[in-house]
Amino acid sequence: MTKRTAALPVLPILSALLALSTALAAPVTFLSVQNEDQGATKIIGELAREYQKTNPAAAYTYQNSPQTDLAQKLQLLAASSSLPAVYNVDQPALLDQLYRSGQAADLEATFKKLGIYNTLNPAAVALIKRQNGGKLVTLPLELNIEGFWYNKAIFTANGLKEPRTWAELIKDADALNAKGIQPFAASGDQKWPLTRLIGGYAARKYGYDVMDRVKAGTLKLTDPGFVEAAKAVQDLGKKNYFGKGVNTVDYATAVDQFLQGKAAMIYMGSWVLSDFNDAARNKIGTQNIGLFNFPAVTGGKGSTNDWSLNTGISTAVNQKLNDADLGNWIKYVFTRYGNKALAESGMITGFTVTQTPKNLPVLTSLTQAKLRAVKNGYLWFEANFSPKATSVATDNAQLLVTGDITPQDYMSKLQDALK
Amino acid sequence: MERTLRDWRAITIFVGPALLLFIVILVIPIVWSLGYTLTEGSVIAGFHFVGLSNYARLFQDSAFWSALWFSVKYAALVSAGQVFFGLMLALLYSFYLKRSSVLVRTLVFLPVVLPTVAVAQLFVKLFAITPQYGFLNSFLHAVHLDALVQPWLGQGGSAFWVIVLMDVWKAMGLYAVLLYTGLMDIPEDTLEAARLDGAHGWKLTQFIILPLLTPVIVTSLIFSLNGTLKVFDSVLALTGGGPGTSTTPLTLYMYKTSFSYSQYGYGSTIAVALTLLCLIVSLIIIRRSRED
Repeated sequence: MTKRTAALPVLPILSALLALSTALAAPVTFLSVQNEDQGATKIIGELAREYQKTNPAAAYTYQNSPQTDLAQKLQLLAASSSLPAVYNVDQPALLDQLYRSGQAADLEATFKKLGIYNTLNPAAVALIKRQNGGKLVTLPLELNIEGFWYNKAIFTANGLKEPRTWAELIKDADALNAKGIQPFAASGDQKWPLTRLIGGYAARKYGYDVMDRVKAGTLKLTDPGFVEAAKAVQDLGKKNYFGKGVNTVDYATAVDQFLQGKAAMIYMGSWVLSDFNDAARNKIGTQNIGLFNFPAVTGGKGSTNDWSLNTGISTAVNQKLNDADLGNWIKYVFTRYGNKALAESGMITGFTVTQTPKNLPVLTSLTQAKLRAVKNGYLWFEANFSPKATSVATDNAQLLVTGDITPQDYMSKLQDALK
Repeated sequence: MERTLRDWRAITIFVGPALLLFIVILVIPIVWSLGYTLTEGSVIAGFHFVGLSNYARLFQDSAFWSALWFSVKYAALVSAGQVFFGLMLALLYSFYLKRSSVLVRTLVFLPVVLPTVAVAQLFVKLFAITPQYGFLNSFLHAVHLDALVQPWLGQGGSAFWVIVLMDVWKAMGLYAVLLYTGLMDIPEDTLEAARLDGAHGWKLTQFIILPLLTPVIVTSLIFSLNGTLKVFDSVLALTGGGPGTSTTPLTLYMYKTSFSYSQYGYGSTIAVALTLLCLIVSLIIIRRSRED
């Protein structure tokens, strides 16, 4: 065998290795807390694989992490400069650290450089900037509003109307409870659905900028309006209006209670639409579901034209991998994301929609209409809190609704945790 | 043999590798962790020296004292339960069931080999209230005791007792087998002599069996206390430390502090406190048993 012929079998191996190294040159990995077939993760995965067909070098991989382990995982990855290209990050303080250490990209600069800044919804951008010290460091994969979803059939059968004030809401709940109907479904196991109610009440009491004022130190969580908010939510729990064993109810069970007609109302964000639009789970029918905003409270300065808004779980881009290849990937995926998410999942996102589907789900249309009427948006109760303060707020909310802690103690503990 | 033990080269060859491994995987991380207790910061932002302020914070932290109290209360009750019921089962195997105890031993030992998460899921279902009643609430409802139907795992008070019950049930089989082997070691002629002297039942247990079994009981208590003081998985799987923080032991508080709140320095300080607690408890038991 000559040297020339001996080298021949090596050539395909070398070219395969070369192809492999090219393929591995710029893989795009998305670390998500969602399952691969859920919500924004599903849409991004589908678009990324579409892009991969014409750009094999941009191999797409998906990684999952439970939300409870996310912060720990991100810190370990960041410490070894191994963060994936796109990743969820659920703690604003951690996101800030990652941005300062050059591991989270300035997306305003990135999108402007790519010439696709106009694909972003200005309202969603403003919301993200407000949450992150004036910087656009996360993608607006969703644009959600939160409010009370209610069972129209139950309301009609009991002669009830959408309440406009907290007093009317309680009156409705009293009437439903008297007839043996559970007024609210809520997941105390998740905890945050309880604190959302405290935050909503406080926003009605002090105005939509209430938590910004807490952050600035001009309002204290021990002020009477906050204690009143905690007491209002505690009263619901004490009256058993969340049903038996609220603290053991997980998210899916709470949604199912509402969708099976076992509870008249549920306070939730519009991300829940994918569950509502699931005919297998929704036994009451989408046409039977209505949405009203957090009602006004006595002596409150807040307006019912203000809604609690958010852009879904924060998703950042790794600045260390933010090169031309990743730029092309971002451009491909996020110029199509808004249209695809709306058409396929009825999801409202913070990206512009250029092709509105003809048959939008009725609840998606309803949410869009409500979104258009938003005067001011406010963030959720713990949006500005440290991880420790968030934990104090959510953990103790369970004790608050069972009456094991007083509203004053709840707010004092929380105020202490802010220090 | 004696010459070998005086030979430094032999010692280096035989003990050296194990000692080196021990130092690398145990001593260095412990010292490293102790170093973290003097710092504040995170792996991203970096660490800076803060002296003993983490230790000072420990004394003022109500959440730490609450977690410590939970750990101590839980460890005392669960250890007592595990060893007491283990002893009762061992006596049952040895004196009543005798050779036919194999089936009972296997059944009682079964929870020991089950994963804690599976056992916790079982207990969640047993004590459930929503969306359906679990076994206990169904039973109470069936016998018209609806006033007693309650969210057992949704209230701090009752959730604590459910965790205690679960962990006693899960581990008593282990201690039963351990104590059974101790009982097997008691010479039959000693028992026979005691019986001839008129010692039966409780008197035989009190004056002959328990004194002879004391070393095994003490060992069981040390095992159990050290295990229960470090409880983590069963609490996490059953209640997640809640409702609120009512079932949060020191280990879970340490985990949350380090990994959820990203306060590694303070988390390490809680870990040091837990290590000291385990050490103190073990020393107390050993000293008391020596005095006896």
